[in-house]
Amino acid sequence: MKREIVIAGFGGQGVLSMGKTLAYAGLLQGKEVTWMPAYGPEQRGGTANVTVIVSDDPISSPLLQKYDIVVVLNQPSMDKFESKVKPGGVLIYDPNGMTRRPERKDIRVFEVPATKTAEEAGQQKVFNMFVLGGLLKIDQVVENDFVMLGLKKSLPERHHNLLPANEAALIKGGEIVKEIK
Amino acid sequence: MEEARLMKGNEAFAHAAIRCGADGYFGYPITPQSEVMETLQVLKPWETTGMVVLQAESEVSAINMVYAGASCGKMVLTSSSSPGVSLKQEGVSYIAAGELPCLILNCMRGGPGLGTIQPSQADYFQSVKGGGHGDYHMIVLAPCSVQEMADFPSLAFELAFKYRNPVLMLTDGVVGQMMEKVVLPEPKPRRTMEEIVKQCPWATTGRMGRGSSNVMTTLELVPEKMEDRNTLLQEKYRLIEENEVRVEEYHLDDAEYAMVAFGSTARICKSACEMLRAEGIKVGVLRPITLFPFPKKQISDLAKKVKGFLTVEMSAGQMVEDVRLNVNGAKPVAFYGRQGGMIPSAEEIAESFKAQLLKK
Repeated sequence: MKREIVIAGFGGQGVLSMGKTLAYAGLLQGKEVTWMPAYGPEQRGGTANVTVIVSDDPISSPLLQKYDIVVVLNQPSMDKFESKVKPGGVLIYDPNGMTRRPERKDIRVFEVPATKTAEEAGQQKVFNMFVLGGLLKIDQVVENDFVMLGLKKSLPERHHNLLPANEAALIKGGEIVKEIK
Repeated sequence: MEEARLMKGNEAFAHAAIRCGADGYFGYPITPQSEVMETLQVLKPWETTGMVVLQAESEVSAINMVYAGASCGKMVLTSSSSPGVSLKQEGVSYIAAGELPCLILNCMRGGPGLGTIQPSQADYFQSVKGGGHGDYHMIVLAPCSVQEMADFPSLAFELAFKYRNPVLMLTDGVVGQMMEKVVLPEPKPRRTMEEIVKQCPWATTGRMGRGSSNVMTTLELVPEKMEDRNTLLQEKYRLIEENEVRVEEYHLDDAEYAMVAFGSTARICKSACEMLRAEGIKVGVLRPITLFPFPKKQISDLAKKVKGFLTVEMSAGQMVEDVRLNVNGAKPVAFYGRQGGMIPSAEEIAESFKAQLLKK
Protein backbone atom coordinates (compact mmCIF):
# COMPACT_ATOMS: atom_id res chain seq x y z
CA MET A 1 0.00 0.00 0.00
CA LYS A 2 1.24 3.45 -0.90
CA ARG A 3 -0.75 6.69 -0.89
CA GLU A 4 0.61 9.93 -2.27
CA ILE A 5 -1.36 12.87 -0.92
CA VAL A 6 -1.25 16.64 -1.13
CA ILE A 7 -3.23 18.94 1.14
CA ALA A 8 -3.49 22.59 0.11
CA GLY A 9 -5.31 25.68 1.30
CA PHE A 10 -4.89 29.05 2.98
CA GLY A 11 -2.17 29.47 5.59
CA GLY A 12 -3.87 29.23 8.98
CA GLN A 13 -6.40 26.58 7.89
CA GLY A 14 -4.38 23.85 9.55
CA VAL A 15 -3.13 22.33 6.30
CA LEU A 16 0.32 21.49 7.66
CA SER A 17 -0.99 20.18 10.97
CA MET A 18 -3.58 18.01 9.23
CA GLY A 19 -0.76 16.51 7.18
CA LYS A 20 1.28 15.98 10.32
CA THR A 21 -1.63 14.26 12.07
CA LEU A 22 -2.00 11.95 9.09
CA ALA A 23 1.73 11.20 8.90
CA TYR A 24 2.05 10.58 12.61
CA ALA A 25 -0.92 8.19 12.56
CA GLY A 26 0.78 6.33 9.71
CA LEU A 27 4.00 6.09 11.68
CA LEU A 28 2.16 4.72 14.73
CA GLN A 29 0.49 2.17 12.47
CA GLY A 30 3.95 0.96 11.41
CA LYS A 31 4.06 2.62 7.99
CA GLU A 32 6.81 4.59 6.31
CA VAL A 33 5.84 8.27 6.07
CA THR A 34 7.15 11.55 4.68
CA TRP A 35 5.74 15.04 5.30
CA MET A 36 7.14 17.70 3.01
CA PRO A 37 5.82 21.26 3.31
CA ALA A 38 6.08 23.93 0.68
CA TYR A 39 8.11 26.19 2.96
CA GLY A 40 8.31 29.37 0.92
CA PRO A 41 7.70 32.71 2.58
CA GLU A 42 4.18 31.54 3.56
CA GLN A 43 1.94 33.63 5.77
CA ARG A 44 -1.57 33.65 7.17
CA GLY A 45 -3.93 34.21 4.27
CA GLY A 46 -1.36 33.04 1.73
CA THR A 47 -1.40 29.56 0.27
CA ALA A 48 0.17 26.59 1.99
CA ASN A 49 0.51 22.97 0.99
CA VAL A 50 2.05 19.78 2.24
CA THR A 51 2.85 16.49 0.54
CA VAL A 52 2.28 13.40 2.68
CA ILE A 53 3.26 9.90 1.61
CA VAL A 54 2.15 6.86 3.61
CA SER A 55 3.62 3.57 2.42
CA ASP A 56 4.36 0.00 3.44
CA ASP A 57 7.78 0.27 1.76
CA PRO A 58 10.66 2.77 2.04
CA ILE A 59 9.83 6.04 0.27
CA SER A 60 12.15 7.32 -2.45
CA SER A 61 11.22 10.85 -3.49
CA PRO A 62 9.31 12.87 -0.90
CA LEU A 63 8.28 15.29 -3.67
CA LEU A 64 5.74 14.47 -6.35
CA GLN A 65 4.15 15.73 -9.56
CA LYS A 66 0.98 13.58 -9.41
CA TYR A 67 -1.06 12.45 -6.43
CA ASP A 68 -3.48 9.67 -5.50
CA ILE A 69 -5.42 12.04 -3.25
CA VAL A 70 -5.62 15.83 -3.54
CA VAL A 71 -7.32 17.84 -0.78
CA VAL A 72 -7.97 21.48 -1.66
CA LEU A 73 -9.42 24.02 0.73
CA ASN A 74 -9.43 27.18 -1.40
CA GLN A 75 -9.79 28.18 -5.03
CA PRO A 76 -6.10 28.89 -5.78
CA SER A 77 -5.28 25.38 -4.53
CA MET A 78 -8.03 23.86 -6.69
CA ASP A 79 -6.64 25.73 -9.70
CA LYS A 80 -3.12 24.54 -8.96
CA PHE A 81 -3.75 20.92 -8.03
CA GLU A 82 -6.82 19.68 -9.95
CA SER A 83 -4.61 18.77 -12.89
CA LYS A 84 -2.24 16.89 -10.60
CA VAL A 85 -4.65 14.14 -9.52
CA LYS A 86 -3.63 10.80 -11.05
CA PRO A 87 -6.28 9.42 -13.43
CA GLY A 88 -8.68 7.42 -11.26
CA GLY A 89 -7.47 9.34 -8.19
CA VAL A 90 -9.43 11.34 -5.67
CA LEU A 91 -10.05 15.09 -5.37
CA ILE A 92 -11.60 16.32 -2.13
CA TYR A 93 -12.63 19.95 -1.71
CA ASP A 94 -14.43 22.19 0.72
CA PRO A 95 -17.01 24.19 -1.30
CA ASN A 96 -16.61 27.20 1.00
CA GLY A 97 -15.43 30.17 -1.10
CA MET A 98 -15.00 28.08 -4.24
CA THR A 99 -16.01 29.87 -7.42
CA ARG A 100 -16.00 26.84 -9.68
CA ARG A 101 -16.47 23.08 -9.55
CA PRO A 102 -13.71 20.64 -10.55
CA GLU A 103 -13.79 19.87 -14.27
CA ARG A 104 -11.93 16.56 -14.50
CA LYS A 105 -14.07 13.56 -15.54
CA ASP A 106 -11.37 10.88 -15.10
CA ILE A 107 -11.12 11.22 -11.32
CA ARG A 108 -13.44 10.77 -8.32
CA VAL A 109 -14.54 14.09 -6.83
CA PHE A 110 -15.77 14.54 -3.28
CA GLU A 111 -17.15 17.52 -1.42
CA VAL A 112 -16.63 17.96 2.31
CA PRO A 113 -18.46 21.06 3.65
CA ALA A 114 -16.08 21.31 6.60
CA THR A 115 -16.10 25.11 7.01
CA LYS A 116 -19.90 25.22 7.17
CA THR A 117 -20.18 22.22 9.50
CA ALA A 118 -17.45 23.48 11.81
CA GLU A 119 -19.10 26.90 12.01
CA GLU A 120 -22.53 25.44 12.76
CA ALA A 121 -21.04 23.28 15.50
CA GLY A 122 -18.93 26.16 16.83
CA GLN A 123 -15.88 23.95 16.29
CA GLN A 124 -13.77 26.07 13.93
CA LYS A 125 -10.66 25.16 15.89
CA VAL A 126 -10.86 21.55 14.73
CA PHE A 127 -11.87 22.45 11.16
CA ASN A 128 -9.09 20.38 9.65
CA MET A 129 -10.23 17.27 11.51
CA PHE A 130 -13.59 17.41 9.69
CA VAL A 131 -11.61 17.40 6.45
CA LEU A 132 -9.37 14.55 7.60
CA GLY A 133 -12.44 12.57 8.67
CA GLY A 134 -13.84 12.99 5.18
CA LEU A 135 -10.59 11.87 3.59
CA LEU A 136 -10.33 8.76 5.77
CA LYS A 137 -13.94 7.84 5.04
CA ILE A 138 -13.16 7.75 1.31
CA ASP A 139 -9.80 6.01 1.69
CA GLN A 140 -8.76 4.52 5.02
CA VAL A 141 -5.10 5.51 4.54
CA VAL A 142 -4.69 5.16 8.30
CA GLU A 143 -7.15 3.97 10.93
CA ASN A 144 -9.04 6.57 12.98
CA ASP A 145 -7.79 4.93 16.18
CA PHE A 146 -4.21 5.74 15.22
CA VAL A 147 -5.19 9.32 14.39
CA MET A 148 -6.55 9.71 17.91
CA LEU A 149 -3.54 7.95 19.45
CA GLY A 150 -1.29 10.31 17.49
CA LEU A 151 -3.15 13.37 18.73
CA LYS A 152 -3.01 12.10 22.28
CA LYS A 153 0.75 11.60 22.03
CA SER A 154 1.51 14.89 20.26
CA LEU A 155 -0.82 17.26 22.11
CA PRO A 156 0.50 18.62 25.40
CA GLU A 157 -1.44 17.26 28.37
CA ARG A 158 -3.04 20.66 29.05
CA HIS A 159 -4.78 20.41 25.67
CA HIS A 160 -6.09 16.87 26.14
CA ASN A 161 -9.52 18.38 26.88
CA LEU A 162 -9.66 19.06 23.11
CA LEU A 163 -9.39 15.36 22.21
CA PRO A 164 -13.16 14.63 22.32
CA ALA A 165 -13.87 17.59 19.99
CA ASN A 166 -11.22 16.30 17.60
CA GLU A 167 -12.65 12.80 17.65
CA ALA A 168 -16.19 14.08 17.11
CA ALA A 169 -15.00 16.15 14.13
CA LEU A 170 -13.16 13.15 12.69
CA ILE A 171 -16.35 11.08 12.82
CA LYS A 172 -18.60 13.90 11.61
CA GLY A 173 -16.25 14.53 8.66
CA GLY A 174 -16.91 10.97 7.52
CA GLU A 175 -20.66 11.66 7.60
CA ILE A 176 -20.67 14.92 5.65
CA VAL A 177 -18.38 13.91 2.79
CA LYS A 178 -20.26 13.09 -0.41
CA GLU A 179 -19.27 12.09 -3.90
CA ILE A 180 -20.05 14.58 -6.69
CA LYS A 181 -21.04 12.86 -9.92
CA MET B 1 15.60 0.94 21.97
CA GLU B 2 14.33 4.46 21.33
CA GLU B 3 10.84 4.68 19.86
CA ALA B 4 10.26 5.93 16.33
CA ARG B 5 9.31 9.60 16.19
CA LEU B 6 8.12 11.99 13.52
CA MET B 7 10.30 15.05 13.13
CA LYS B 8 12.07 17.37 10.71
CA GLY B 9 15.64 16.78 9.59
CA ASN B 10 16.74 19.97 11.34
CA GLU B 11 15.08 18.86 14.58
CA ALA B 12 16.65 15.40 14.38
CA PHE B 13 20.06 17.02 13.87
CA ALA B 14 19.62 19.11 17.03
CA HIS B 15 18.54 16.09 19.10
CA ALA B 16 21.47 14.08 17.73
CA ALA B 17 23.98 16.83 18.54
CA ILE B 18 22.98 16.67 22.21
CA ARG B 19 22.88 12.89 22.21
CA CYS B 20 26.36 12.44 20.76
CA GLY B 21 27.76 14.36 23.72
CA ALA B 22 28.50 17.71 22.12
CA ASP B 23 29.91 20.44 24.35
CA GLY B 24 28.67 23.47 22.48
CA TYR B 25 26.58 24.84 19.63
CA PHE B 26 27.17 28.34 18.25
CA GLY B 27 24.92 29.64 15.50
CA TYR B 28 22.98 32.41 13.91
CA PRO B 29 19.46 31.85 12.53
CA ILE B 30 18.77 31.54 8.82
CA THR B 31 16.06 29.74 6.83
CA PRO B 32 15.85 26.83 6.06
CA GLN B 33 17.79 25.59 9.11
CA SER B 34 16.45 27.78 11.94
CA GLU B 35 14.78 24.76 13.59
CA VAL B 36 18.24 23.55 14.64
CA MET B 37 18.75 26.32 17.18
CA GLU B 38 15.03 26.54 17.95
CA THR B 39 15.02 22.85 18.91
CA LEU B 40 18.18 23.23 20.98
CA GLN B 41 16.58 26.16 22.83
CA VAL B 42 13.48 24.08 23.53
CA LEU B 43 15.49 21.05 24.69
CA LYS B 44 17.69 23.20 27.00
CA PRO B 45 20.67 20.82 27.07
CA TRP B 46 22.57 23.22 29.36
CA GLU B 47 20.24 22.02 32.11
CA THR B 48 20.89 18.32 31.44
CA THR B 49 24.21 17.50 29.73
CA GLY B 50 25.74 20.93 30.31
CA MET B 51 26.03 21.60 26.57
CA VAL B 52 26.28 25.29 25.70
CA VAL B 53 23.82 26.68 23.14
CA LEU B 54 24.62 30.21 22.07
CA GLN B 55 23.16 32.54 19.47
CA ALA B 56 26.13 34.56 18.34
CA GLU B 57 25.87 38.08 16.93
CA SER B 58 26.78 36.85 13.45
CA GLU B 59 27.91 33.80 11.48
CA VAL B 60 31.50 35.08 11.59
CA SER B 61 31.35 35.21 15.36
CA ALA B 62 29.76 31.74 15.56
CA ILE B 63 32.46 30.04 13.49
CA ASN B 64 35.19 31.72 15.54
CA MET B 65 33.55 30.44 18.73
CA VAL B 66 33.71 27.00 17.14
CA TYR B 67 37.39 27.62 16.30
CA ALA B 68 38.07 28.47 19.92
CA GLY B 69 36.04 25.62 21.36
CA ALA B 70 37.68 23.12 19.03
CA SER B 71 41.12 24.43 20.01
CA CYS B 72 40.29 23.38 23.57
CA GLY B 73 39.43 19.87 22.39
CA LYS B 74 35.71 20.46 22.88
CA MET B 75 33.09 18.80 20.72
CA VAL B 76 31.58 21.87 19.06
CA LEU B 77 29.32 22.58 16.13
CA THR B 78 27.57 25.26 14.14
CA SER B 79 24.87 25.29 11.49
CA SER B 80 23.77 27.69 8.81
CA SER B 81 22.51 27.97 5.25
CA SER B 82 24.35 29.01 2.10
CA PRO B 83 24.79 32.80 2.57
CA GLY B 84 25.66 32.25 6.23
CA VAL B 85 28.10 29.46 5.38
CA SER B 86 29.85 31.80 2.94
CA LEU B 87 30.42 34.16 5.87
CA LYS B 88 32.01 31.33 7.85
CA GLN B 89 34.60 30.44 5.22
CA GLU B 90 37.52 32.35 6.72
CA GLY B 91 36.99 30.52 9.99
CA VAL B 92 36.70 27.18 8.24
CA SER B 93 40.07 27.70 6.57
CA TYR B 94 41.65 28.50 9.96
CA ILE B 95 40.04 25.46 11.56
CA ALA B 96 41.29 23.22 8.75
CA ALA B 97 44.77 24.78 9.01
CA GLY B 98 44.79 24.29 12.77
CA GLU B 99 43.71 20.66 12.23
CA LEU B 100 40.79 21.07 14.57
CA PRO B 101 37.77 18.80 14.88
CA CYS B 102 34.32 20.31 14.54
CA LEU B 103 30.97 19.82 12.84
CA ILE B 104 29.36 22.32 10.46
CA LEU B 105 25.89 21.87 8.97
CA ASN B 106 25.03 23.60 5.71
CA CYS B 107 21.34 23.34 4.89
CA MET B 108 21.67 24.72 1.37
CA ARG B 109 19.31 27.20 -0.27
CA GLY B 110 19.16 28.74 -3.72
CA GLY B 111 21.89 31.20 -4.56
CA PRO B 112 24.08 32.98 -5.49
CA GLY B 113 23.77 36.01 -3.25
CA LEU B 114 20.96 36.11 -0.75
CA GLY B 115 19.00 34.02 -3.25
CA THR B 116 15.89 32.07 -2.26
CA ILE B 117 15.07 29.99 0.79
CA GLN B 118 14.20 26.88 -1.24
CA PRO B 119 16.46 23.83 -1.60
CA SER B 120 19.65 23.86 -3.65
CA GLN B 121 22.90 21.93 -4.00
CA ALA B 122 24.93 24.71 -5.54
CA ASP B 123 27.42 24.85 -2.64
CA TYR B 124 29.12 21.61 -3.76
CA PHE B 125 32.23 23.37 -5.05
CA GLN B 126 32.44 25.50 -1.92
CA SER B 127 32.15 22.40 0.25
CA VAL B 128 34.49 19.94 -1.44
CA LYS B 129 37.00 22.19 -3.19
CA GLY B 130 37.49 24.56 -0.27
CA GLY B 131 35.34 27.68 0.08
CA GLY B 132 38.01 29.38 2.14
CA HIS B 133 41.59 30.10 1.11
CA GLY B 134 44.43 27.63 0.92
CA ASP B 135 44.85 23.94 0.15
CA TYR B 136 42.50 22.25 2.58
CA HIS B 137 39.60 19.83 2.63
CA MET B 138 36.73 19.23 4.94
CA ILE B 139 35.26 15.76 5.23
CA VAL B 140 31.82 16.21 3.65
CA LEU B 141 28.86 13.97 4.51
CA ALA B 142 25.64 14.29 2.48
CA PRO B 143 22.57 12.97 4.35
CA CYS B 144 19.43 12.20 2.32
CA SER B 145 16.93 11.41 5.07
CA VAL B 146 15.84 12.51 8.52
CA GLN B 147 17.33 9.29 9.89
CA GLU B 148 20.73 10.22 8.45
CA MET B 149 20.39 13.71 9.95
CA ALA B 150 20.14 11.90 13.28
CA ASP B 151 22.85 9.31 12.59
CA PHE B 152 25.54 11.46 10.97
CA PRO B 153 26.46 13.89 13.77
CA SER B 154 27.95 11.05 15.79
CA LEU B 155 29.83 9.73 12.74
CA ALA B 156 30.94 13.27 11.90
CA PHE B 157 32.49 13.84 15.32
CA GLU B 158 34.11 10.41 15.23
CA LEU B 159 35.80 11.29 11.93
CA ALA B 160 36.54 14.86 13.05
CA PHE B 161 38.48 13.68 16.10
CA LYS B 162 40.06 10.70 14.33
CA TYR B 163 41.57 12.94 11.63
CA ARG B 164 41.61 16.25 13.52
CA ASN B 165 39.62 17.80 10.69
CA PRO B 166 36.43 19.82 10.26
CA VAL B 167 33.47 17.78 9.03
CA LEU B 168 30.66 19.33 7.02
CA MET B 169 27.20 17.86 6.78
CA LEU B 170 25.94 19.15 3.44
CA THR B 171 22.20 18.99 3.11
CA ASP B 172 19.37 21.12 1.77
CA GLY B 173 15.93 22.47 2.59
CA VAL B 174 14.22 19.24 1.54
CA VAL B 175 16.00 17.12 4.14
CA GLY B 176 15.99 19.92 6.73
CA GLN B 177 12.28 20.74 6.45
CA MET B 178 10.87 17.29 5.74
CA MET B 179 9.40 15.17 8.52
CA GLU B 180 10.00 11.43 8.50
CA LYS B 181 10.16 8.53 10.87
CA VAL B 182 13.35 8.65 12.89
CA VAL B 183 14.86 6.62 15.68
CA LEU B 184 17.23 8.86 17.63
CA PRO B 185 20.64 7.55 18.69
CA GLU B 186 21.16 6.47 22.31
CA PRO B 187 22.43 9.42 24.37
CA LYS B 188 26.13 9.44 25.18
CA PRO B 189 27.54 11.51 28.06
CA ARG B 190 29.83 14.47 27.34
CA ARG B 191 33.51 13.64 27.80
CA THR B 192 35.10 14.57 31.10
CA MET B 193 38.05 16.98 31.19
CA GLU B 194 40.38 14.01 31.81
CA GLU B 195 38.99 12.22 28.76
CA ILE B 196 39.44 15.34 26.61
CA VAL B 197 43.07 15.74 27.72
CA LYS B 198 43.72 12.07 26.95
CA GLN B 199 41.98 12.16 23.56
CA CYS B 200 43.39 15.54 22.52
CA PRO B 201 46.98 15.94 23.79
CA TRP B 202 47.30 18.86 21.35
CA ALA B 203 44.43 20.85 22.81
CA THR B 204 44.76 24.12 24.72
CA THR B 205 43.39 22.69 27.92
CA GLY B 206 45.92 24.29 30.25
CA ARG B 207 49.14 22.39 30.98
CA MET B 208 47.39 19.70 33.05
CA GLY B 209 50.74 18.45 34.35
CA ARG B 210 52.49 18.68 30.98
CA GLY B 211 55.87 20.45 30.90
CA SER B 212 54.97 22.87 28.11
CA SER B 213 51.96 24.83 26.91
CA ASN B 214 50.03 23.93 23.78
CA VAL B 215 49.68 26.86 21.42
CA MET B 216 47.13 26.98 18.63
CA THR B 217 48.16 29.08 15.66
CA THR B 218 47.85 28.91 11.89
CA LEU B 219 50.55 31.52 11.30
CA GLU B 220 53.88 30.22 9.98
CA LEU B 221 56.06 32.88 8.38
CA VAL B 222 58.83 30.54 7.22
CA PRO B 223 57.70 29.17 3.85
CA GLU B 224 59.79 25.98 4.17
CA LYS B 225 57.98 25.16 7.39
CA MET B 226 54.61 26.13 5.89
CA GLU B 227 55.23 23.81 2.98
CA ASP B 228 55.97 20.98 5.42
CA ARG B 229 52.66 21.69 7.17
CA ASN B 230 50.88 21.60 3.83
CA THR B 231 52.54 18.31 2.93
CA LEU B 232 51.33 16.79 6.19
CA LEU B 233 47.81 18.06 5.51
CA GLN B 234 47.83 16.53 2.05
CA GLU B 235 49.06 13.20 3.45
CA LYS B 236 46.13 13.26 5.84
CA TYR B 237 43.68 13.97 3.02
CA ARG B 238 45.06 11.01 1.02
CA LEU B 239 44.58 8.81 4.10
CA ILE B 240 40.98 10.02 4.37
CA GLU B 241 40.46 9.30 0.67
CA GLU B 242 41.76 5.75 1.16
CA ASN B 243 39.68 4.93 4.21
CA GLU B 244 36.52 6.95 4.46
CA VAL B 245 34.62 6.77 1.16
CA ARG B 246 30.97 5.91 1.69
CA VAL B 247 28.32 5.31 -0.97
CA GLU B 248 24.84 3.89 -1.29
CA GLU B 249 24.13 1.71 -4.31
CA TYR B 250 20.57 1.37 -5.57
CA HIS B 251 19.74 -1.26 -8.23
CA LEU B 252 23.27 -1.09 -9.62
CA ASP B 253 23.75 -4.90 -9.74
CA ASP B 254 22.17 -5.35 -13.17
CA ALA B 255 22.21 -1.70 -14.24
CA GLU B 256 23.06 -0.72 -17.81
CA TYR B 257 23.00 2.95 -16.91
CA ALA B 258 23.80 4.79 -13.69
CA MET B 259 22.47 7.99 -12.20
CA VAL B 260 24.78 9.78 -9.78
CA ALA B 261 23.24 12.14 -7.25
CA PHE B 262 23.63 13.08 -3.59
CA GLY B 263 21.27 14.11 -0.81
CA SER B 264 17.60 14.68 -1.55
CA THR B 265 18.22 14.59 -5.30
CA ALA B 266 19.38 10.98 -4.98
CA ARG B 267 15.98 10.07 -3.56
CA ILE B 268 14.21 11.72 -6.49
CA CYS B 269 16.57 9.81 -8.80
CA LYS B 270 15.50 6.57 -7.11
CA SER B 271 11.90 7.38 -8.06
CA ALA B 272 13.01 8.19 -11.62
CA CYS B 273 14.91 4.91 -11.65
CA GLU B 274 11.75 3.04 -10.59
CA MET B 275 9.80 4.73 -13.42
CA LEU B 276 12.43 3.78 -15.99
CA ARG B 277 12.66 0.23 -14.70
CA ALA B 278 8.88 -0.07 -15.10
CA GLU B 279 9.54 0.61 -18.80
CA GLY B 280 12.20 -2.11 -18.87
CA ILE B 281 15.20 0.23 -18.82
CA LYS B 282 17.83 -1.01 -16.37
CA VAL B 283 18.99 2.02 -14.44
CA GLY B 284 20.60 2.22 -11.00
CA VAL B 285 21.60 5.04 -8.69
CA LEU B 286 24.99 5.68 -7.09
CA ARG B 287 24.65 8.03 -4.13
CA PRO B 288 27.91 9.41 -2.77
CA ILE B 289 27.42 9.70 0.99
CA THR B 290 30.86 11.26 1.35
CA LEU B 291 31.46 14.06 -1.17
CA PHE B 292 34.98 14.46 0.15
CA PRO B 293 36.40 11.87 -0.02
CA PHE B 294 34.71 11.46 -3.40
CA PRO B 295 33.96 7.87 -4.52
CA LYS B 296 36.53 7.98 -7.32
CA LYS B 297 37.07 4.23 -7.54
CA GLN B 298 33.35 3.41 -7.41
CA ILE B 299 32.73 5.75 -10.34
CA SER B 300 35.65 4.50 -12.43
CA ASP B 301 34.68 0.87 -11.73
CA LEU B 302 31.10 1.63 -12.70
CA ALA B 303 32.33 3.21 -15.94
CA LYS B 304 33.65 -0.22 -16.97
CA LYS B 305 30.20 -1.74 -16.45
CA VAL B 306 27.51 0.70 -17.57
CA LYS B 307 26.82 2.33 -20.94
CA GLY B 308 26.46 5.84 -19.59
CA PHE B 309 25.81 8.16 -16.67
CA LEU B 310 23.33 10.85 -15.77
CA THR B 311 24.38 13.17 -12.95
CA VAL B 312 21.52 15.06 -11.37
CA GLU B 313 22.02 18.07 -9.11
CA MET B 314 20.15 21.13 -7.91
CA SER B 315 22.81 23.32 -9.49
CA ALA B 316 24.18 24.24 -12.92
CA GLY B 317 26.41 21.15 -12.69
CA GLN B 318 29.15 20.92 -10.09
CA MET B 319 29.58 17.32 -8.89
CA VAL B 320 29.24 16.28 -12.54
CA GLU B 321 32.81 17.58 -13.03
CA ASP B 322 34.09 15.04 -10.51
CA VAL B 323 32.01 12.29 -12.10
CA ARG B 324 33.47 13.13 -15.53
CA LEU B 325 36.98 13.27 -14.09
CA ASN B 326 36.66 9.72 -12.80
CA VAL B 327 34.75 8.29 -15.76
CA ASN B 328 37.65 9.84 -17.67
CA GLY B 329 36.01 9.77 -21.07
CA ALA B 330 35.24 6.04 -20.95
CA LYS B 331 31.48 6.56 -21.20
CA PRO B 332 29.14 9.50 -21.82
CA VAL B 333 28.25 11.52 -18.72
CA ALA B 334 25.07 13.57 -19.14
CA PHE B 335 23.81 16.17 -16.70
CA TYR B 336 20.39 17.35 -15.59
CA GLY B 337 19.91 20.13 -13.07
CA ARG B 338 17.52 22.70 -11.71
CA GLN B 339 18.70 25.90 -10.07
CA GLY B 340 17.84 28.72 -7.73
CA GLY B 341 15.60 26.72 -5.39
CA MET B 342 13.75 24.66 -8.00
CA ILE B 343 13.60 20.92 -7.38
CA PRO B 344 13.75 18.44 -10.27
CA SER B 345 10.83 16.00 -10.46
CA ALA B 346 11.30 12.28 -11.01
CA GLU B 347 9.38 12.63 -14.30
CA GLU B 348 11.74 15.37 -15.55
CA ILE B 349 14.77 13.27 -14.63
CA ALA B 350 13.41 10.19 -16.43
CA GLU B 351 12.63 12.29 -19.52
CA SER B 352 16.07 13.88 -19.49
CA PHE B 353 17.67 10.46 -19.10
CA LYS B 354 15.84 9.13 -22.15
CA ALA B 355 16.53 12.24 -24.22
CA GLN B 356 20.23 12.43 -23.43
CA LEU B 357 21.30 8.79 -23.07
CA LEU B 358 18.79 6.86 -25.17
CA LYS B 359 18.28 9.69 -27.70
CA LYS B 360 14.52 9.20 -27.36
